[in-house]
Amino acid sequence: MKLNLLVRFMIGFFLLQSVLASAEEARPLQANVVVEAQVQRLSEELRCLVCQNQTIADSHAELAQDLKQEIREMAAKGMTDQAIIDYLVARYGDFVRYRPPMKSSTYLLWLGPFVLLIFGAIGLVMMLRRREKMPADKPISQTEARKVRELLDKE
Amino acid sequence: MKRFLLPLIIFLVMVGFLAVGLHLDPREVPSPLVGKPAPAFDLPLLDQPEKTFSPKQMLGQVWLLNVWASWCVACREEHPLLVALSKAKLVPLYGMDYKDTRAEAQQWLNEGGNPYEANAMDIDGRVGIDYGVYGVPETYVIDKSGMIVYKQIGPITEQVLSNKIMPLVERLQAQ
Repeated sequence: MKLNLLVRFMIGFFLLQSVLASAEEARPLQANVVVEAQVQRLSEELRCLVCQNQTIADSHAELAQDLKQEIREMAAKGMTDQAIIDYLVARYGDFVRYRPPMKSSTYLLWLGPFVLLIFGAIGLVMMLRRREKMPADKPISQTEARKVRELLDKE
Repeated sequence: MKRFLLPLIIFLVMVGFLAVGLHLDPREVPSPLVGKPAPAFDLPLLDQPEKTFSPKQMLGQVWLLNVWASWCVACREEHPLLVALSKAKLVPLYGMDYKDTRAEAQQWLNEGGNPYEANAMDIDGRVGIDYGVYGVPETYVIDKSGMIVYKQIGPITEQVLSNKIMPLVERLQAQ
């Protein structure tokens, strides 16, 4: 009976502790839901310059962590997405953006695929036209039909 | 013969694109800071923490700012060249020690020689972000008016130094 009580007390103690511990961890997140959402949104838009095919959100490079922290501080100050992106572009160039702006140096990037698509479509149309011009199937003559049968019979 | 013309043209265009692509270094991201004033900072010196270095102090001179760190492997590669450059006394070279500790930085300079007039300590990497640093070593050529004229990403090689940096420095010094 006594042991039972002790066990119950211990279980209660550990449960209480874990509840307290999780409450402790959750607090900073709770206070910054909006900021964290903005940080997440922006860091998925921005390229990590150290490991170039990852976003800042995905990257574990030290610079990516630093930049995320920098973004978090700017977000906490109430800066808009555009202001934060402009801040980073001023330092690292358009390359940090996964969706670069449309301008003379990026026309090829934005329009290239469509140009290729148009070329492909023109090629397809030309090929189909040529096929149309080819003589239509003519019925074969009786001698030709006999030849075919002979060849098939040989097999 | 004519039917081979189109595939041949397409092939040549692709070869052209690939040949250019092979010779581009994707790590060399053009810096938007070239042609802009060097971002201001005021950082403590490596050997005298009570004193600070600021780019303002360099107005009127052409100078080089080399971003380095004791943990940076590629910095070891360019270090002898920097030491030789500083001995030639052609252009003042200042260092920015990026995300490093004083003890390790000091040890590194004791081992490899100290080519720098002074070293600014950017321990948390904040100033590095202002300079768009993403891979040490990086070197900035800054003119008399405090403008960044050139940025070298990655280690300086003998070729880059004699073909690009020094002619540029000489031209800027003559201005």
